[in-house]
Amino acid sequence: MSAAPAAPRPATDDELRALARKLRAHSLRMISQAKTSHIGSCLSVADILAVLYGHILRIDPRHPDWSDRDRLIMSKGHAAAISYAAVAEAGFMPIKRLDEYARNGGQLYGHATHVGVPGVEMSSGSLGHGLPVGTGMALTAKRGRKGWRVFVIMSDGECDEGSNWEAILFAAHHRLDNLTIVIDYNKIQSLDRVERTLGLEPLTDKFRAFGWSVREVDGHEVSDLRDALEQVPMEAGRPNAIIAHTVKGKGVSWMEDKVLWHYRHPTEEELAKALAEVEAS
Amino acid sequence: MRTAFIEALNELASTDDRVCLVVGDLGFSVIEDFAQKHPDQFVNAGVAEQNMIGLAVGMALSGKIVFTYSIANFGTLRCLEQIRNDVCYHRANVKVVAVGGGLAYGNLGVTHHASEDVAIMRALPNMVVVAPGDPIEARLATKAVVARDGPVYLRLGKAGERVVHAQAPAFELGRAITMREGDDIALIASGSMLATADQVAGQLTAKGLSVRLLSMHTVKPLDREAVRSAATETRIVFTLEEHSVEGGLGGAVAEVIAELPPGHAPLKRIGLRPEFNSVVGDQNYLKALHGLDADGIMRTIQALEMAGAAKDV
Repeated sequence: MSAAPAAPRPATDDELRALARKLRAHSLRMISQAKTSHIGSCLSVADILAVLYGHILRIDPRHPDWSDRDRLIMSKGHAAAISYAAVAEAGFMPIKRLDEYARNGGQLYGHATHVGVPGVEMSSGSLGHGLPVGTGMALTAKRGRKGWRVFVIMSDGECDEGSNWEAILFAAHHRLDNLTIVIDYNKIQSLDRVERTLGLEPLTDKFRAFGWSVREVDGHEVSDLRDALEQVPMEAGRPNAIIAHTVKGKGVSWMEDKVLWHYRHPTEEELAKALAEVEAS
Repeated sequence: MRTAFIEALNELASTDDRVCLVVGDLGFSVIEDFAQKHPDQFVNAGVAEQNMIGLAVGMALSGKIVFTYSIANFGTLRCLEQIRNDVCYHRANVKVVAVGGGLAYGNLGVTHHASEDVAIMRALPNMVVVAPGDPIEARLATKAVVARDGPVYLRLGKAGERVVHAQAPAFELGRAITMREGDDIALIASGSMLATADQVAGQLTAKGLSVRLLSMHTVKPLDREAVRSAATETRIVFTLEEHSVEGGLGGAVAEVIAELPPGHAPLKRIGLRPEFNSVVGDQNYLKALHGLDADGIMRTIQALEMAGAAKDV
């Protein structure tokens, strides 16, 4: 169970950018080969995952159940492909296992799944489940005077779910400054743009009004993300919301900012073009 | 029953600091002592059941044994998907406790009538469903579910249930308690119907019938062997529950009996008609309307007798 504390792994911005490129490439291949959806949601969260797994999280891939590890919950479970890629690149499982993604007989379902997948803290896929669970973890760490932290990655469309706002009230009331959410705010949800569906603005003001510390960042600028995530807790006694402004489909020009790529998978030909763009970025 | 539960939980929490209680802003005059004695093991989640379950799962995945506590429908149906995905799929060590199982909150209204909860909880993989029959069983069940790692639904009545057991019985999850041995009629009861079943058994015995009475406190996993024996060693089997006749104890027993080889006893499910109540009534009044009081059950049994459903009964 327990193991020696793993120090945060220092990484340069260039290394983090390289990791993000790898994660984008993995998810493009996985989704193209399995013919599944959600490539746009994977590409928008790539830099966030790279900074968290590559630099911020205190984790030990040799001991996935290390009791003092930081917990990362991928609440936007539809971005499962890149989430699996991130835990594989972090060393929790062989890269080869990514071939199991959405394949008959494998264990890597199309929405984030913990069963048989070390490094995935929680299964998700129905939105609005991750933050309440993360809040319970943060409460336990706080009460037990443990130093480990909880990070929850959420989508913008996911902020429609009322369960999140229950947890947002709770976390502020209980002063859970060891809890951080990162919102992958790519401005597009399932059917349309967020502002044309259920507008979230002013989102920063909403979190402030609920008693959270908030910081807005460029969710594709690793130095910006790193700086924000290194500084949590921003204020003692307040949970942290990092609103990461992102672009759906980021990294592949013709996928960017389009609802279509919430659903379509790249064909073989498109995959080659997309990978070339990612490599060149 | 809720008093027996909270007293047992209080004791368990004193010796094991993993035992936690998360309430959904309910439990006035029940939970205060626990909250005072174990402030670090107590949380009021507020009127927010989805978050209540999520919190419980987060705590359980961090090593705690977490009881959630609410009125039956609020703590199960409002947050059903959290129970399915977060509790059951993760095999989280969460015990969902419901007060007011059945019609215990009778005159508060249909929102407070828990009539489908057992059926719904029973359908979930990894879930254990326990409905203790009296305060003694409630106490034993509380201890037993702490000792069992994984998801449990613990369905309690409210207050003032009659103590049925003369002394503490041997209690094991998934194992029926035989209260009376007999080979004419089998009565299989869960939850608060145990007291009524006990009364009916007394009346039938006085009429010269040999009655087997089983307390089926665990609806899932069901004691299939006890059901099989009842269906092959008696002439007619009755299930009694303060829950819809669809999908609860009666449904579970029917599933077992339907797959037995030919020659077994017939089954009659006695429970709530699967409909919303249309008149106001307290628990006893509404139970009588559904034929769930001792007189009503005797009438049902006698009607079957007249129809010859169980010859010789």
